[in-house]
Amino acid sequence: MVHTKEVSAPPATPSALQDACLTAFRWMLLARTAEEKIANLYRGGKIIGGVFLGKGQEAVSAALGIALREGDIFAPLIRDQAGRFAFGEALLDFTRTYIGSRLGPMRGRDGNIHRGRPRAGQLAMISHLGAMIPTVAGALMARRFQGLTGAVGATCIGEGGTSTGAFHEGLNLAAVEKLPLVVVVANNQYAYSTPNDRQFACERLEDKAAGYGIDGHSVEGTDLVACVTVLGQAVARARAGHGPQLVVASLLRLVGHGEHDDASYVDPRLRQGPVGRDCLKLAEQHFLRAGWCDAETLRQWQGDAHEQVEAAVTTTMREPLPDPNQEDWCALSSRHLIDGFAAE
Amino acid sequence: MITYLEAIREAQAKALADDPRVYIHGQDVGNFGGAFKATKGLAKEFPGRVLDAPISEDAIIGAAIGAAIEGLRPIVEMQFADFSTVGFNQIVNHAATLHWRTNVPCPIVIRLPSGGTAGGGPFHSQSMEAIYAHYPGLIVMTPATVEDAYSMLLEAVSIDDPVVFCEHKYLYYHLKAAALPTEAVPTGKARIARMGRDATIVTYSAMVHEALACAEELATEGWEIEVIDLRSIKPLDTDTVLASVARTGRLLAVGEAWPWGGVTAEIVARVATDGFGLLDAPPKRLNAKDTPVPYHPNLWGTHRPTARTIAVAMRDLLRS
Repeated sequence: MVHTKEVSAPPATPSALQDACLTAFRWMLLARTAEEKIANLYRGGKIIGGVFLGKGQEAVSAALGIALREGDIFAPLIRDQAGRFAFGEALLDFTRTYIGSRLGPMRGRDGNIHRGRPRAGQLAMISHLGAMIPTVAGALMARRFQGLTGAVGATCIGEGGTSTGAFHEGLNLAAVEKLPLVVVVANNQYAYSTPNDRQFACERLEDKAAGYGIDGHSVEGTDLVACVTVLGQAVARARAGHGPQLVVASLLRLVGHGEHDDASYVDPRLRQGPVGRDCLKLAEQHFLRAGWCDAETLRQWQGDAHEQVEAAVTTTMREPLPDPNQEDWCALSSRHLIDGFAAE
Repeated sequence: MITYLEAIREAQAKALADDPRVYIHGQDVGNFGGAFKATKGLAKEFPGRVLDAPISEDAIIGAAIGAAIEGLRPIVEMQFADFSTVGFNQIVNHAATLHWRTNVPCPIVIRLPSGGTAGGGPFHSQSMEAIYAHYPGLIVMTPATVEDAYSMLLEAVSIDDPVVFCEHKYLYYHLKAAALPTEAVPTGKARIARMGRDATIVTYSAMVHEALACAEELATEGWEIEVIDLRSIKPLDTDTVLASVARTGRLLAVGEAWPWGGVTAEIVARVATDGFGLLDAPPKRLNAKDTPVPYHPNLWGTHRPTARTIAVAMRDLLRS
């Protein structure tokens, strides 16, 4: 079992950095293992709807997840399974939502990566990109109204999502209100199939931060140590009252947009270049080289992750599916205000 | 005397005073008191709880959703209903789906200064109620009286679901009452604004007053017209409508919004479905013309239904 380690400040010492990276790595490993399992089930026709994987983006996602702590607010996007686990999402929430178990948090009403437990600070994304930025900002405004300080809100987006009006409106509002918000942009080179030269014209996405009057950071998203360091600093700056932080991680999505997509449009030079490296493999190599752990330990962690995932899938497969006859088909929480005619 | 607009201001003052979870967010709502002065003096009276927002309707609604998740009860003002289209995604895809998807309620009130006024033109005159009522998960209120403007806004704040509150700009200054109400009819219950036995007009918001003026005119010709004020269009009080049609046998549905689909179509569909046998004549609808809302009063006055055009439609209905 992976244990949550509270990392609330940027790793200040070499041993703290080492601990943080090892913790993040185990969430990355669990996410990669869980997602590969779901992809296999998808190929076997066992998953209804799309499957969207974070392969290649685990380092930046996990680095954000471990920098957050209980009481923070996190609105992940579609490639943030590592960050979700690191922030506290149960593995069963993942398997139940993908497999459609009635016992999952979405109860068959929504699927795959559209899941969350908002009251636990795990916001459930909608598909419309940028929408979660003002939502996290509003949650932080609510904390401030209530005199609650010390919490950070974080959300993730891709480079494609930076083109939306919601991204601009949300980031600007957060800047005006000087909220402790961290927005992480995974620049994975393609928005579905659209390459960056058809998406934005600025040289560096992090330069947008200056336009909002907020801090901007950039990081190599393939490098776990760099991600843990930079995300730790960004979260700590937000927590210390320095306002919104925009972090741009350069990397490559190592899979299709979804499992239905073979990503044949990806330029092979990108795959062979620095952004195309696998962050998990790089992290393993670094750990072994630096003597942070040995090969036997890595194998043991892989075995642990595999066992956890198999157990969660086995449990979920035995669970009841949603039942249209038991579904209450009521979209309101105020049942007395349901439109009677429409409900018939 | 208190106006419809003052009632909205007073309801917000009471909500802020009674419930520490309430705050107001919108463009120019702070020290300026709002484009229509619906929040006049509230920023001073409730420091830190009435906040000016950037011109970012998507972010205003999105932030309200986040605050509602955290247990607050935001009231947001769209400066004009027309501009709510910029926040449309957050309203219909996020606020409206939140409870159903996650089991966490989304108690936000979105105030939409709605409907036409002389000189308003295409982008400051729209009636958006039908488009929001179309989406599951939203409640849509359309108050026609000073009393309802006050009590329904207070009820909206207390409801655990997102409420789109369509307050009519034409009524802001025109409509006055002696005092604020002390009792309220709950949302979901229509009001018989005038009793009659010859035909029923079903309408809401500012058109209630055009319908009442029409009924007054037709009374001089010996007709007794019943006028139903729906008060909220979602939920829509089908029972009260059917009971009225059972008494009169004739239905005219009137709305200021555009004719394609919408509230009047919904009313006719419901009566045709559940009350076909009650009808002595084919039901009628009257709406604005199917063009953008014109700027000049000469055009605007003809674009929307008025007491005169409602009376023309009603005489047709009474003859059929």
